Amino acid sequence: MENCIINLKDIVVEYDGERVLNGLNLEIHDKEFVTFLGPSGCGKTTTLRIIGGFVEPKEGDIFFDGVRINDLPPHKRQLNTVFQRYALFPHLNVYENVEFGLKLRKMPESERKQRVREMLELVNLKGFERRNINQLSGGQQQRVAIARALVNHPKVLLLDEPLGALDLKLRKEMQIELKRIQQSLEITFIYVTHDQEEALTMSDRVVVMKDGYIQQIGTPQDIYNEPANAFVADFIGESNIMDGLMYDDFKVQFAGNEFECVDKGFGQMKRVDVVVRPEDVKVVAPDEGQLNGVVNSVIFKGVHFEMMVEAAGYNWMIHSTKMEEPGSIIGMRIDPFDIHIMHKMEDEE
Amino acid sequence: MKSRYSAYPYVIWMVIFTVVPLLLVAAFAITDSSGAYTLENISAVGEYTPVLMRSIWLAAIATVLCLVIAYPLAYILSRKTGSQQRTMLMLVMLPTWMNFLLRTYAWMTLLEKNGIINRLLGFIGLGPFEMINTQGAVVLGMVYDYLPFMILPLYSIMTKIDNSVIEAAQDLGASTPQILRRVLIPLSMPGITTGITMVFVPAVSTFIISRMLGGGGNLLIGDLIELQFLGNAYNPNLGAAIALVLMVLILLCMSITNQFDGEDKEDMII
Amino acid sequence: MKKTSWYSKAYMSVALGFLYLPILVLIVFSFNESKSRGVFTGFTLDWYVKLFHNEMILSALFNTLVIAAIASVVATVIGTLAAIGINGMKKWAKSLVMNVTYLPIINPEIVTGVSMLLLFVFIRDKFNVDMELGFFTLLLAHITFCTPYVILNVLPKLRQMDKHTFEAAQDLGCSPAQAIWKVVIPEIMPGIMAGFLMAFTYSIDDFIISYFVSGPTSQTLPIAIYSMTRRKVSPQINALSTIIFVVVLLVLLGSNIVEARREKRLNRKEED
Repeated sequence: MENCIINLKDIVVEYDGERVLNGLNLEIHDKEFVTFLGPSGCGKTTTLRIIGGFVEPKEGDIFFDGVRINDLPPHKRQLNTVFQRYALFPHLNVYENVEFGLKLRKMPESERKQRVREMLELVNLKGFERRNINQLSGGQQQRVAIARALVNHPKVLLLDEPLGALDLKLRKEMQIELKRIQQSLEITFIYVTHDQEEALTMSDRVVVMKDGYIQQIGTPQDIYNEPANAFVADFIGESNIMDGLMYDDFKVQFAGNEFECVDKGFGQMKRVDVVVRPEDVKVVAPDEGQLNGVVNSVIFKGVHFEMMVEAAGYNWMIHSTKMEEPGSIIGMRIDPFDIHIMHKMEDEE
Repeated sequence: MKSRYSAYPYVIWMVIFTVVPLLLVAAFAITDSSGAYTLENISAVGEYTPVLMRSIWLAAIATVLCLVIAYPLAYILSRKTGSQQRTMLMLVMLPTWMNFLLRTYAWMTLLEKNGIINRLLGFIGLGPFEMINTQGAVVLGMVYDYLPFMILPLYSIMTKIDNSVIEAAQDLGASTPQILRRVLIPLSMPGITTGITMVFVPAVSTFIISRMLGGGGNLLIGDLIELQFLGNAYNPNLGAAIALVLMVLILLCMSITNQFDGEDKEDMII
Repeated sequence: MKKTSWYSKAYMSVALGFLYLPILVLIVFSFNESKSRGVFTGFTLDWYVKLFHNEMILSALFNTLVIAAIASVVATVIGTLAAIGINGMKKWAKSLVMNVTYLPIINPEIVTGVSMLLLFVFIRDKFNVDMELGFFTLLLAHITFCTPYVILNVLPKLRQMDKHTFEAAQDLGCSPAQAIWKVVIPEIMPGIMAGFLMAFTYSIDDFIISYFVSGPTSQTLPIAIYSMTRRKVSPQINALSTIIFVVVLLVLLGSNIVEARREKRLNRKEED
């Protein structure tokens, strides 16, 4: 088993009497890239701020390397943060921003110079030392923020939606860059985002959260292929989610048809949620699949066409590389292993 | 965050030097010179109703005049471009940097019987007119002294009104009066209310302008208060009662005008 | 660019004429030989010479500058700390403190002046403190009415500041006090300076509050001016007005030039 660096036990947080975290338990391993993923208000940023020391939990314990750090103020914790919108110090230039933490530790100047130079090289900002913060582009500011945090050699780096303010292309570049930095430094990254694609691209493990509860923890593949419930399925990628009835093991009924599936252990005649990914519905000639549907609309999405298809009372989203005319009738086939069965979500019962 | 402790020296200071003094005003207002509780002072304020009404009346006229004069001025200013705008604004605000005593004094020399205006009128065979020591002179002094306080908030709110908003109204068929009534005035409402308070409050409570330009006959409520504390009529209890009435009156007016605008009051005062 | 219409130009001119003509007349008559305020009889600089030998004016000027300097510095320190504290307060506490802060600003000055007079007299009489009205009471009063202006200048800067900057400093190893000193103060410096300047000018300019809390021993310039206007005679007051006007004009022009230069420099930097 990998070494556990951060351990959250039964964490409860309340803001003005409202619970934002409900008894959260989480172990984060050394040198892993963990992402907290969820819609706004799910508690992901609060969890990060607890680790950083900016929020005090009402109940529960935080352990860092096995030591309880509940009462340790932020400036004494061995971790650093890359803040949303960077929080760079506008009165200092690039060099002075990066040097800030080292200066506080009274490190001799020659060593400071060395460390800052290394860091600026790592984030590809060599030659920008004397630049003013507001002369930098968003992407460059982002890099300064990362360098400023990493120069202190923290064991853990916290990143709070660090790419949120960047445009799409830059965001993709920085995702790769961050992963590269994490792997080359071999430290733990804890990353907060509401962007599921970002989470899947970079993480070793993803923690999906909603309303202060953890919904699922797993590798990106687990989360995508085996979502624990309809919320996760819907949040991660696009999904067709339908009410279904589990007849028995490997037999499920939904959309007015009976399908074979690979799930078992739900019991007999049990109400379930059925999730089918848009790319898992295969378009075939009419009457050659399990269902027939009428194409309502088609949008070209670059790699594929996104179609809305009316079939058996549901409006299906289907991704296909072949274009179908709106109004035409198509056949639809779904393979057993592409049908994901999950328990009805508790809060919807 | 524990940073709120750094406000404690200020909080203590304000309690001693703002809250306690105002409580003292209230305490003096309801006691007599020996310190016994009485409502006599408050009821005595009623005797000065004519002075109170005169103060409110003159200040109200001055405020309306300021608004009427300042509104077009602020609009013209706000439509100018960068450097021109800054120069013009500086020109408008420059006189306020001179102490208002000197500005009021200037009008004293202009309006008096042997003053310049009467001299000039004399050349064309008019006058001399009795201009100083009239209510008109007091209103003039108020308008002159406080006009910039009206221009500034109006100007700062109007710079935030984009030209395209006015053009859009024109495009939709609004005439100039309609634009004024349906677009400009609603959008500049916070500036109007701030301007009104910033002119009305000092105008209604002044004792300098009335004394320098109004002579002895046009006593205002400010004069009345001053007389009770530093003048011959020495009676701090009555003075406190009048001050209390004035303060309550103004706070009431403020809370009414506050209904009209939102949060950005503080940027306007600065 | 649309051309400004003739009537808006005319309106501007009339308004500026209204604002400046009285001041212009004051200035012209400061050079008048006779004491008449209606007829210009000949050019002289006598009134300026007399002004510079007027003990009352000179000591009042000195008092004004000393009080303004001390009051504005103290108000800036108290006010800046207060703004930082207020910014971190809970909503109800913040609105309570801000309402008290607005009191001296929205209250008629005469009420503030009277209330402070009552306080000083009360302290003297009830606690037998030997505190005569004069320099010290003036100073206390000036600090009191200056501090809110510092707060109102600093608070918006604090609000504009990225709320995570303070946390970022702590994250990098600053104690909360260090974080305020090393990061927050430098960032809100423009607001602090603006507040300081505003406090300084308001202190120099204040008449009404000073009038109530000053004693016979310690006058400020506005109080001296007031007593001069009561005597209604000497054109020294015109000379004084002229000097004040010129000083203000030079200061404003100077600061505008500095400002314009800085803007230009900033623009140039951005083009790099």
